[in-house]
Parts: sequence; structure tokens; C-alpha cells
Amino acid sequence: MMRELADNIMDIAQNSIRANASLVEIDIEVSREKDLISFKFIDNGCGMSEELVKTVAQPFTTTRTTRKVGLGLPLLSQTASMTGGEFKIESEVGKGTTVSVSFGLSHLDRPPMGDVAGALFSLVLMNPDTDFLFVYDVDGKSFTFDTREVRAVVAPIPLDNPEIAAWIKENIEQEITTLHGGMIL
Amino acid sequence: MKSLAELAAIRSKMIEQVNMRRDENVNTRVVVGMATCGIAAGARPVMLEFVEEIKKRGLEHVTVGQTGCVGMCRLEPIVEVYVKGQDKVTYVHMTPEKVARIVNDHIVNGRPVEEYTIGAAQA
Repeated sequence: MMRELADNIMDIAQNSIRANASLVEIDIEVSREKDLISFKFIDNGCGMSEELVKTVAQPFTTTRTTRKVGLGLPLLSQTASMTGGEFKIESEVGKGTTVSVSFGLSHLDRPPMGDVAGALFSLVLMNPDTDFLFVYDVDGKSFTFDTREVRAVVAPIPLDNPEIAAWIKENIEQEITTLHGGMIL
Repeated sequence: MKSLAELAAIRSKMIEQVNMRRDENVNTRVVVGMATCGIAAGARPVMLEFVEEIKKRGLEHVTVGQTGCVGMCRLEPIVEVYVKGQDKVTYVHMTPEKVARIVNDHIVNGRPVEEYTIGAAQA
């Protein structure tokens, strides 16, 4: 199991990058009313065949050649089921993939959210040519971050420019901290 | 709260600097393993620490990037440092605490930190 849900977020989004997605949307919802934390990863990457979708949440499925196991999705779906949440993956070749997952917010076994701002920032910094849309919702109040907006303002300076990256990091950190009112669950 | 106006100001400042393009000066690359194995072992705080340390020291000739799994999952987090004209150095079982020393000794002063390398771990 990952130590923090933030690590799962980074890990699952990397699948979209490897699928050559040009846009990766990550929706994060924290709902005290539903007692759930939900993530949705939506990409416009190469997608997967029906056969691959069926086996992709099993540990011995991977498209890698450096090793024979792929643990990203199995770890995610296991964490979901052990906390009373759900896991679903939908994909279409040539269109993209959507991974939806939820965790029981107050469940004893749910890993902490952790440094989600750091995870989202790392994704932008390490993949400066990919566009990301983050929607972070806590009990109905939300914050949206779209690299396309940032890109429109700063072009032709790349997003991994140190000063631009620092702005992105502080922006995401402040917004998430504000949404959670200081205490990140 | 951060504003887009602030971002536009950073851009104007950067545009001037980009005119004196520094790409050709980049001679050091820090590459962090960011596959499932690396992330589970704690690669993200290590990567963020490198970014922080490099920014703090204003090292404009250094870039930080990511790579996938190189097949040595038990040694993650793995960081490779490439200095132009020198052999690649592979650091294993990395932690954020080890980062400052690698930046200072290796990247700034040219002396790889032997005890953190894969050679020391497997000896």
C-alpha cells in the first residue's frame, strides 16, 4: 500500500502520461456528507483494449519490459476495497481512459491524503509538455487549476522554468490548504 | 492568494532572461525514478527536495527530471546524476535528508558521495 493517497495520485497519473495523453484531468472530491474521498483520472491517451481493461487491475499485468509485475492499479483498487470504497476503470482504444476510485473517509484503514499539492506540482514539473486540469472539491467548495490557463499567460516560457514552477507550487498549496481549512484529512 | 497578474509579471522578467538562453549551459541532469516502485519507496519528497535545494542555490545549469523503473525496485528511491563529460552516478535508497549533501558535494564541488551510491550498497 502507498503511504499516502497523494502517492497513488502521482502513480496513476503516470499511466496517462505513458499512454501519451496530451490532457490529464484529475478530480479530487472530499465529502464529509458522503463520508468518501473520490478520485477520477480522465485522460485522452491511447486507451486500452477490452481484454487489457479486464486484467489491468491484476498484479501480473503490465506493458513494461523492465519487470513482469504492475502494481499501480492493484494497489489503488485494494486500498479502495479495504476502506469500503469502489474502483472502476473504463477505456476505449484511441479515445482514452477513465479511472474512478473512492475510499471511506472515516475508515480506519484509509491512508492519509498526504502532500497532494506536492504530488500535483511534481506531475506538472516532470511533464511540462502535458496539460493538466485539477479539480479539488471539499464539501462543495472547489478549486480548479488548469495548466492551459497558465501556459496562455506565460508562453513561450515553459512551465518547468524555476520561477513559474514556484508560482504553481505555492498556488496549489495555498488553495488546497484553504479548502481544507488548515487540516488536511 | 496567487494571481495570474503575478504570473504575467514573472513572465516579463523571464522573457529577458530567456533572450540570453541558458540551455547550452545545462550540463547536469538529476533523474529520479518515478514508477510505482520509486513512488512507493518515497521518491516524491526526494524529487521535491532536489528542486528546492537547486532553486535555493540558484544552480541554473542543473535540471531535474524523472525516469521509469530500471528494474532494481529493491534499491528505490533511485536517483541518477549525469554531469557532462563524467560517468553517470547512481544513488540508491535515497531520502530527502541525503539530498543537500549530494547537491553540495557532487553537483557543486564535483565529488560524488560514495557511501550513498549503488556501489556502496551492493558491496
